[in-house]
Amino acid sequence: MADPMRIRIVRKGDVADIKMLIFHPMETGYRTNSVTGEIVPKHFIKTLQALHNGEKVLEVEWSRSVSRNPFLHFRVRGASAGDDIEIAWEDNFGETGGTEAKIK
Amino acid sequence: MERTRRNFLRTITAIAGAMLFPLRLIAAPWNERAFDEVVYADSLKSVGAAGLIESDLIMLKIPEIAENGSIVPIQVSSEIADTERVFVFAEKNPQPLVASFTFHKGVDPFFATRIKMGESAPVHVVVLAGGKYYVASRNVTVTIGGCGE
Repeated sequence: MADPMRIRIVRKGDVADIKMLIFHPMETGYRTNSVTGEIVPKHFIKTLQALHNGEKVLEVEWSRSVSRNPFLHFRVRGASAGDDIEIAWEDNFGETGGTEAKIK
Repeated sequence: MERTRRNFLRTITAIAGAMLFPLRLIAAPWNERAFDEVVYADSLKSVGAAGLIESDLIMLKIPEIAENGSIVPIQVSSEIADTERVFVFAEKNPQPLVASFTFHKGVDPFFATRIKMGESAPVHVVVLAGGKYYVASRNVTVTIGGCGE
């Protein structure tokens, strides 16, 4: 896993409220390094997928216009205690990351 | 013998790798053309959106005034039946298409995230549901642009 991330899942009944923060620079390619004067190359997460018990529930395509250290909040239905949530992302350099968590 | 053993080890390593990183095997699509478009109308076309219907069943929460364009919180929830996809556009960003969300069975047509806005502009949320495209828009005033960030 390339970068760490944080995930928090709160279940109420059969709805799991999932919030996550991924540590990623999300460079637009428009920013100049103030020391070297060089353009910082674009570096951003392109895709993210969420799986519930191995079943794909959410597919996200992102651009450079998503803020640095992306935050994402979504909701899964039909959730029970002990269910698995998997998150997987890939950026434009082909770097990947993600996490696995259990619903409580 | 040597070759066989090497092949065997290679196979075992590949299998172990696949077991350690199952998430890497999932191929995810990314609509390069739509994300590269520089005019809002073109990005709409590139995601396949046409004949937009304005809808008050799309709940769009975004600040009217965003002091810092590099972090603009946005929350979207669609009450349109059979919502499959949601697209977010910031009309005046260098590339207007900001994000696309595809909702499968078992997930609410809801998300919250944070986006960058280069300047004050309308933000459009386009929902694909039952083969039709719906839209909700808000004007966002940006005090300090955040596209360099």
